[in-house]
Amino acid sequence: MAATDTVLKPDHQSKRKHFIFTDEHEQLRESIRAFVAKELAPHAMEWEETTFPDSVFRRMGELDLLGLDKPEAYGGQGGDYFTSLVLGEEMTGANSGGLAMGVAVHTDMAMPPILAFGSEEQKLQWVVPAIKGEKILCIGITEPDAGSDVAGIKTRAVRDGEDYVINGSKTYITNGHRADVIVLVTKTDPDAGYGGFTLFLVPMDAPGVIREKKLEKLGMHASDTALLAFQDVRVPASAVLGEVGKGFYHIMWELQGERLIGAAGSVAGAQKCFERTLEYAKERKAFGREIGKFQVIRHKFAEMATKIESARQMVYVTAWRFANGEYPVREISMAKLHASRIAVEVADECIQIHGGAGYMKEYGVERAWRDSRLNRIGAGTDEIMLDVIGRSYGL
Amino acid sequence: MSPTPPFTAEHEELRESIRGFLDRELAPHAQRWEAEEWFPNEVFGKLAAQGLLGLKYPAELGGQGGDYLHEAVLVQELARIGSGGTAAGIGAHVNIATPPIWKFGTEEQKQRYLVPAIRGEKIGALAITEPDAGSDVAALRTTATRVDGGFLVSGEKTYITNGVRADFVVTAVKTTQEGGHHGISFLIVERGAGVSSAKLQKLGWSASDTATISYDEVFVPQENLLGELHEGFKLIMANFQWERLAMALGAVGAMQLAYERTAQYARERTAFGRPLSKHQTIRHKLADLATSAYTARCVTYDALRRFVAGEQPLREVTMAKLATQRASFELMDECLQIHGGMGYMAEHWVQRAARDSRLGPIGGGSDEIMREILGRLLDL
Repeated sequence: MAATDTVLKPDHQSKRKHFIFTDEHEQLRESIRAFVAKELAPHAMEWEETTFPDSVFRRMGELDLLGLDKPEAYGGQGGDYFTSLVLGEEMTGANSGGLAMGVAVHTDMAMPPILAFGSEEQKLQWVVPAIKGEKILCIGITEPDAGSDVAGIKTRAVRDGEDYVINGSKTYITNGHRADVIVLVTKTDPDAGYGGFTLFLVPMDAPGVIREKKLEKLGMHASDTALLAFQDVRVPASAVLGEVGKGFYHIMWELQGERLIGAAGSVAGAQKCFERTLEYAKERKAFGREIGKFQVIRHKFAEMATKIESARQMVYVTAWRFANGEYPVREISMAKLHASRIAVEVADECIQIHGGAGYMKEYGVERAWRDSRLNRIGAGTDEIMLDVIGRSYGL
Repeated sequence: MSPTPPFTAEHEELRESIRGFLDRELAPHAQRWEAEEWFPNEVFGKLAAQGLLGLKYPAELGGQGGDYLHEAVLVQELARIGSGGTAAGIGAHVNIATPPIWKFGTEEQKQRYLVPAIRGEKIGALAITEPDAGSDVAALRTTATRVDGGFLVSGEKTYITNGVRADFVVTAVKTTQEGGHHGISFLIVERGAGVSSAKLQKLGWSASDTATISYDEVFVPQENLLGELHEGFKLIMANFQWERLAMALGAVGAMQLAYERTAQYARERTAFGRPLSKHQTIRHKLADLATSAYTARCVTYDALRRFVAGEQPLREVTMAKLATQRASFELMDECLQIHGGMGYMAEHWVQRAARDSRLGPIGGGSDEIMREILGRLLDL
């Protein structure tokens, strides 16, 4: 097949843009990439031990990176959805899944429901400083006894005069220790089924909010993950986010954006891992030549590149629909499912290509696998995605 | 939902009309043609009457003056008629045998072969592969010797779609002693003295008359040399990208249809007191299949968009071919599984779809060749 190259002259090294991106997106990408490489990536190893510092949020706020697609009225950049996608992709350059997740929870999971359903006052109180990086956001859905089955949530908010009193607990909460406020999913009417949920914006320094412990995890070590308890936490009725009784639907909406950005992150993470491993395979020698020159290894790369590309195309096409105002729940679920799976498969194959070195912490490949393994569980497991997809066809 | 780029509303209208025509004229006969291991030549005339054999060819040659995107719609829809062999025969004619004449032929060659081909009056085939040379084109042995006024061709070609029915065969021949990349040429060989075909039996694609063609000192006049002498390799490479894209598009069409039919079956078929689809393991299997079909679509459409824009997307087309062919076979096999014993029966579409799809990872450049190309693009 060498002749392929002598006859056709494909421009395969060039960076041809996908149709969803403009030159402005590419400029944004370059500037984020430079920032991530210079100010974040060098600390990746250290932050695995300590979790990343809050100053990352302030710095990103200074650089206008926390509100790329948020309205200018609240200090955002007023960009389109794809600017947020670019950030999600480029954050993987920090080689720290936990860091990327902490930032994404802030910008793409907790902030959108406040903007979509919040009062003007709530937006000014929380979104404005959040975009500056002065306040940190988190979101509380999962509980010790209710994960994928959102309907099983037990945290109660009970009306008491002008206030609500909240009791319950939330777990696996990203940014849970550092956050200033939580978007909290509660049940306000236990008899109303899906119509009995309400969201609250609860300040994390309110009396009765207890940050119980930092959870230790398989991966995502740079992220702080909390178990939280709420004991007679009193908040005014003005802390309700969106409509009373609409919390379930608000959160289902939120999950779509979260899943799509998560899928973009999975693809970009897999690409990063692939590139590092490719570099390794061009340097590492065995049996007298670079290991990448063995056909079996070469074909592993071809297979991985194809998997990554297929997932990327799903994410981009689906993001294009989402940005056009369509609500493609089925396609988002598919992209999330496929991207998370291939990211884990690619990371595992990269460990294999690295051999013993891949098993060592020093090379960072085992971390890529540990970090990406969460994506098949978080924001809706593979199995929940399959159920959503199946039901979307009336199955 | 709006059409996925690069397709537009105009293409979706064309799709509706092609689908309607194929559903009326071809699909009802698919099973019989597969059983008879032959689809009738009249199919070409019927398609031509609708303008479907010349979608991308210019109006002055009798074509529709469209482009590759219109052709892409036809390719996808042909994958839904339920006969891989029939789709292959039509595909070999419009996507494989005639494009080189369009791109490299003289005006006279276009008038003699392409115009009647677009009208469905002459059927074409392309012959490259030989018993001892498949992916390795440099190893071709069929030879054209110079004689007064033309060439004498001797040799054997195999796995040639339309190999029995073709009126003309665009044939790769060695024109130098060494052959290889600057020693092969293409000749348009008409069926006649010295040309004989033997039909092959296959795992799938039964309705296609895939054949071995023998050339025994066949005289081919000088004016039937297609493109430059000794530079036939260019012609081979020129159409590979479209051929592979067409295979990817075919898989996308076939996967979607197989998924839809299987999901429908799972809704209707009852086991243990409820529809199959209400068993979670079946529902998740189907969700996986739908995801696989969507994946195939997204990666293929991107390659198609770039191809149509003139980007020469070797990498993306190769990936689309690799990503879709094995995926299609795996999907068909799962669809077969969901149908159970019924799906194993000869009259059932799903076993045929599984057999037909198995060619995908072999034909048009095997999966292994695709990986090899990609590996080299990564400088490995």
